[in-house]
Amino acid sequence: MNRSRETKSLISIGIIGLIILFGAPHSLGLFSVISLTTAVSLAILALSLGLIWGFGGILCFGQTTFFGIGGYAYAIAALNFGGSTGAILAALIVAAGSAAVLGYFMFYGRLSDVYLAVITLTVTLILYSVIRRTSGPEYKIGIAKLGGFNGINVPPINYPWDATQFLYPEHVFYVAMVALLLAYFLCVWVTKSHFGRVSVSIRENELRSELLGYDVRLYKLCMFTIGGAIAGLAGIMFANSIGRITPDVFNLYNAALAIIWVIIGGRGTLIGPVLGALVLFYMTSFLGQQSVVNINLFLGLVLIVFVLVVPKGIVPSLIQLWDRRRSRRMTARSAKKMRRRGRSRAKEISVEE
Amino acid sequence: MDLFAALVLQIVYGIANLVLISIGLAVIFGMMRVINLAHGEFLMLGGYSVIVATNNGVNIWIAMFILAPLIVGLIGLIVEWCLIRFLYGRMVDTLLATWGLSLFFIGLITTIFGAQTATTISPPFGAITIGEYSSSGYELFLICIAVLMIILVYLLLRYTKLGLVARGTMQGADMAASLGVSTQRVYSTTFGIGAALTGLAGGLLAPITGILPTIGAIYIGKAFITVISGGTAILAGTASASVLLGAINGIVAFVVGPTMGEVGLLLLAIVLLRLMPQGITGRFFKRSL
Amino acid sequence: MHFGGVVAVDRVDFSLRENELRCLIGPNGAGKSTFFKCITAQLRPTIGDVVIRDFNVTGSESHQVARMGVGIKTQVPNVFDGLDVEENIWLSASQSASVKRARVITSEVVERLELGEVRKSQLGSLAHGQRQLVELGMVLAGEPWLVILDEPTAGMTQDEVVRTADVIREINQSATMIVVEHDMQFIRMIAQKVTVFHQGKILVEGNMDEISSDHRVREVYLGHRKSL
Repeated sequence: MNRSRETKSLISIGIIGLIILFGAPHSLGLFSVISLTTAVSLAILALSLGLIWGFGGILCFGQTTFFGIGGYAYAIAALNFGGSTGAILAALIVAAGSAAVLGYFMFYGRLSDVYLAVITLTVTLILYSVIRRTSGPEYKIGIAKLGGFNGINVPPINYPWDATQFLYPEHVFYVAMVALLLAYFLCVWVTKSHFGRVSVSIRENELRSELLGYDVRLYKLCMFTIGGAIAGLAGIMFANSIGRITPDVFNLYNAALAIIWVIIGGRGTLIGPVLGALVLFYMTSFLGQQSVVNINLFLGLVLIVFVLVVPKGIVPSLIQLWDRRRSRRMTARSAKKMRRRGRSRAKEISVEE
Repeated sequence: MDLFAALVLQIVYGIANLVLISIGLAVIFGMMRVINLAHGEFLMLGGYSVIVATNNGVNIWIAMFILAPLIVGLIGLIVEWCLIRFLYGRMVDTLLATWGLSLFFIGLITTIFGAQTATTISPPFGAITIGEYSSSGYELFLICIAVLMIILVYLLLRYTKLGLVARGTMQGADMAASLGVSTQRVYSTTFGIGAALTGLAGGLLAPITGILPTIGAIYIGKAFITVISGGTAILAGTASASVLLGAINGIVAFVVGPTMGEVGLLLLAIVLLRLMPQGITGRFFKRSL
Repeated sequence: MHFGGVVAVDRVDFSLRENELRCLIGPNGAGKSTFFKCITAQLRPTIGDVVIRDFNVTGSESHQVARMGVGIKTQVPNVFDGLDVEENIWLSASQSASVKRARVITSEVVERLELGEVRKSQLGSLAHGQRQLVELGMVLAGEPWLVILDEPTAGMTQDEVVRTADVIREINQSATMIVVEHDMQFIRMIAQKVTVFHQGKILVEGNMDEISSDHRVREVYLGHRKSL
């Protein structure tokens, strides 16, 4: 019963995704479409963290590291290559590669989750402070100047292998949305695979997985690398949606946001963090435009409240509520049936007597 | 020769800086295994206490040595009472909740004081000259304070009743509880003291770093790395990690530049943790304070 | 094997023949669990080697030992609480067998241990004894040739204990076994050769009758019921 419900939800998610993909550019104005592209790229970042944290048990406080590396690598590669096709591939490789290197040191050193969280946070913070100070013209990779706190202007995506044909913003949206859908279903597939199931078992009880013969360090490394690649993809889309990449992607605020999306949306699901990111994107944009409540204040309180009161997040809690109502309805229904049966039997008995 | 002296002073100051910003966190971590992600904000709050107080006429020394630790220590007690105590044993949740707290404080201070610095204060000591090079006299002063702080915490842990009770609770909370120690009280007091030490450090550093609501972010990376690399022994851990990391930071900074100095610090920490996952004092100086 | 100043296992020379079933007994603190952790590579002995089937596994990682075909059940049940019984067992089976074959092995194990009723239940919701049984099932599903069990019957009902003894005897037909236990009645049901630990050393080795009548063993267990 569980499996058919899962398939149904996946199909609905796919359908809704396709509706948004084709429908949005026609029904929304240009500015909204661009906004949505940014939101979608953040959703991909949320997805990456939701995968490695919810299903791999890897608490990474600095997922923005690979998000930013993806964005920067894309910008630098695109400027140097003169086109975007190779750049996308290069950026993904760099993002995944950095995750692999960092992951190697952390997992083969058997760092516990708390240390892992702090180290990854520190990495993103250091990247923030280092790249901010690269304003001078001497800081460049190839022909791409790093630009310090102003960042790099990102050349727009072009049609594959044709550097003269740039994509319009609506088309950039298509690319981002397709990327989100592909990444999402890729993650679903990973979680259902043997690799994914073992990763979940590692999350549940690392020692037991180890004693069954699974090399826990390797599994975590692979999961972390996949997460890094997806975060890198998100960074590429983000850079394209805004048109530039700045060191702010690495900062504390954005690192916190990634965690908040997953906590609010629901750790343990993949759609939860995606929805969390989308909802919070619009909420923080809205809050940013008014000055009554400070965003940090609001987000901080939200995080504290969720950790204390709704630790599972919204999507799993809703599913739980839904399940309870269903079982209540079912027990009510079967209680009715039993009463009816009881009544008819009572009639039989009295007749016999 | 003068260059060498100035360089050594720089490096020693770097070490002292690490000690100052880390010791409060180390006390809390060593006692309760709590990594307080709002640590940077405690430093920031200490800085704000000093700047706001001095801008309103309070003597700078009173602001630094009495007001800042008192205010932040009090805030620490409140935080422990309202939040941390519900999350003991839940390390990941503590991390998350204190991160929320950090955002909350940043937002609060921004709301009250605005996002930019109103005014700064200048360091109370001027420059000192070593031959051809002038170094900051204030930095020398801070080095002395860092040493004093270590001595103070050592004396507290070793020779006072509070210290003994604290050490006992650290090594075996259940045992301490069965001996009649209120572990809750010990935790609250420790958190408060850790916060006060941090507030003091933040206040002392305010003249050098200036003050913004978001200034905590600069510190936490370094403070965390120092505490985690150091391991669970409060003093030996902080001291050994600060020396190692501070030295590397200083040397790399001198050779390449200040930014790369921080990168060097991080890289060294990652390597250290790969070799000694329990921190330095997980391997060496195991049963020291 | 020592931790700081404490010598937990002191110059223990332990060897086992293929297809043997050896029971390790001894009072609390005798060093049985530490010894157990040394042979399963959870701890690295400070001095000495662990050799399994001519392979020196000292210093290996636990998963490498497990992969050699060693099934390990820990003292405190280590299972996947958030997953159901079938998934737990399947994860063990699929480590060495193909996904298809793993499904077959899983149903066989579930049937053998009479876990059919709870196959879809979450481990966290089961009673302690049932969890032990599931963990035993996980060990079986790996089709090991060497099985090491640490207190397999702790918390079990009498029925479950009898079932476990049967299973162990059956396993022993094709696998070598080491069983660390406290429950004397259970030991009686399965024991061939018994090794008695005391204060980190081996006190005496022999079969059940020899051990029961050995006065040193009685002294060490002073305070236990007379039915030793």
